[in-house]
Amino acid sequence: MSPTLRVSLAAAIVTATLVRALTSDVVARPAFTGREKWTMAERTMLRSLSLASLDALPADPSNRYADDSAAAQLGRQWFFETRFSGNGQISCASCHKPDKGFQDSRPLGVGVGTAGRRTMPIAGASYSAWQFWDGRSDSQWSQALGPLESAVEHGGDRVAYAQVIAAEYRRPYESVFGPLPDLRGLPAHAGPVADTVRRLAWSRIPPTRQREISALYANMGKAIAAFERRIRLTPTRFDRYVDAELAHRPLAPADSLSVEEQAGLRLFIGKASCSNCHNGPLLTDNHFHNTGVPVVPGVTTPDSGRTVGVRQALSGEFSCVSRYSDAKPDDCEELRFAVTNGAELVRAFKTPSLRNAATRAPYMHAGQFRTLPEVLAHYNRAPTAPAGTSELKRLGLSVTELRQIEAFLATLVSSLDVPYTNDAPRSSTQPVH
Amino acid sequence: MRSSLFRFRSSVRSLAAVMALALLHGCAMFIKPPADLDYGRVRTSEAGLYRATIRPDGDSIPQGKLQKWTLHLETAAGVSVDSASVSVNGGMPQHGHGLPTKPLVTNALGNGDHRVEGMKFNMGGWWVVRFRVTAAAGADSVVFNLKL
Repeated sequence: MSPTLRVSLAAAIVTATLVRALTSDVVARPAFTGREKWTMAERTMLRSLSLASLDALPADPSNRYADDSAAAQLGRQWFFETRFSGNGQISCASCHKPDKGFQDSRPLGVGVGTAGRRTMPIAGASYSAWQFWDGRSDSQWSQALGPLESAVEHGGDRVAYAQVIAAEYRRPYESVFGPLPDLRGLPAHAGPVADTVRRLAWSRIPPTRQREISALYANMGKAIAAFERRIRLTPTRFDRYVDAELAHRPLAPADSLSVEEQAGLRLFIGKASCSNCHNGPLLTDNHFHNTGVPVVPGVTTPDSGRTVGVRQALSGEFSCVSRYSDAKPDDCEELRFAVTNGAELVRAFKTPSLRNAATRAPYMHAGQFRTLPEVLAHYNRAPTAPAGTSELKRLGLSVTELRQIEAFLATLVSSLDVPYTNDAPRSSTQPVH
Repeated sequence: MRSSLFRFRSSVRSLAAVMALALLHGCAMFIKPPADLDYGRVRTSEAGLYRATIRPDGDSIPQGKLQKWTLHLETAAGVSVDSASVSVNGGMPQHGHGLPTKPLVTNALGNGDHRVEGMKFNMGGWWVVRFRVTAAAGADSVVFNLKL
């Protein structure tokens, strides 16, 4: 044996020993017998991830109608209302499709035009202080108002929507929110939107009337949010497995995880560090992270994410501290204590819930990855971020381990509990494209 | 002979590189907090000027929820410090990121107690919270370790 070969062999042996010593939790793991044995610390972690650990729906002090069922039923109708759009064909449900878990399976949302980011699902969003990928809204009701006046999503304006409500929803509106404002003499279209003609028309409306119309517009968001917060997640196979495991109950076949899925779960909460950010019963920390996601091909300026999102949240027309909010200033703590600048915000995007993620391709804020294996390969590789600094570290997972995590993620799938499903929506939910 | 020696030195360098990589890689994956961390809720400041106590609302520190704390400050001699300028920062040393919020010490409650608002921890693991105290005794920092 040549000296070089001997030294190389020695290097390999020393390295292998070193890595095994560093990974003592792997070395110490008992032989697998079909049902994983979890330590006390791991059982605590599993409990924290179970849907059974989800708190009651948090109150939204900024929306006094949040838990008003009449508002929620009206909000459901409006969720499907295509007349709330510039071309009469787009509703919230055009992108937030109920039969697709309230998302659209497209890389970018498509309304009257194409949005800059991926449509987010709705279930569980009430638990987050921040809405949108960049958290530019601080409530579900203010989130709902963004797309309604976006030039590429609904493409409409608040004066036009007010007139639809006056013509089609006067009685239910007034029974929930009180008298409609006087809309006589207003132009057909006006609002603080990108379109210059509508914007000019809006600027010519006296401020007092503008505020009345904007209050009506805010009520649209509050009703839609009252519906959305009633869309509930249901227990998955993973939840049933954890509940049985923690109760030391025998596992029914329907509650079991396969060998591969259990191995994936162990990686998820251990070596792969997924549960650092995908934590809690919704498998998200509802915070913002730069994970080095690539820029969409053809886009020259990387999406800055939270850097801009937090500024928009602070200055938002419909924020928690705005005149249209029902909150007391002390209720708006998330806004008050938000991190407003710094390198960590650059290209940071909100951690999505992993519940139903396996059915929700493509992935990331602009659908950059088509499949879960592509996502997992990205996290394993931890490439340099196109802007800012990625928080990821290389994981060194094998092909088998990546497949195990993918198998585990498929156990996080369940149907949604959607209220008022027996009421037929009054408008078509078919997209126009 | 010279050629063999060169190959040997080259291999040693390779071994060192491989070991360093293995160490870095291993640390990234399986790093645990230092074993000797003090998780006490009462700490002396770095230069010994102050003794500080944190009292989160409730016994445990919840994950992912905004919370209010009480920070009690006294001098090394045990005199309550009511008039102080206190700033807060922190983060997760092993992850390289800061706090998810910008907490503030909002008011003095008397008897050396100060209200801290906007505390939040969005992940499990080892967190560090540092209070920078400026008062009559001087400027000093007190650091708390938390395990969530």
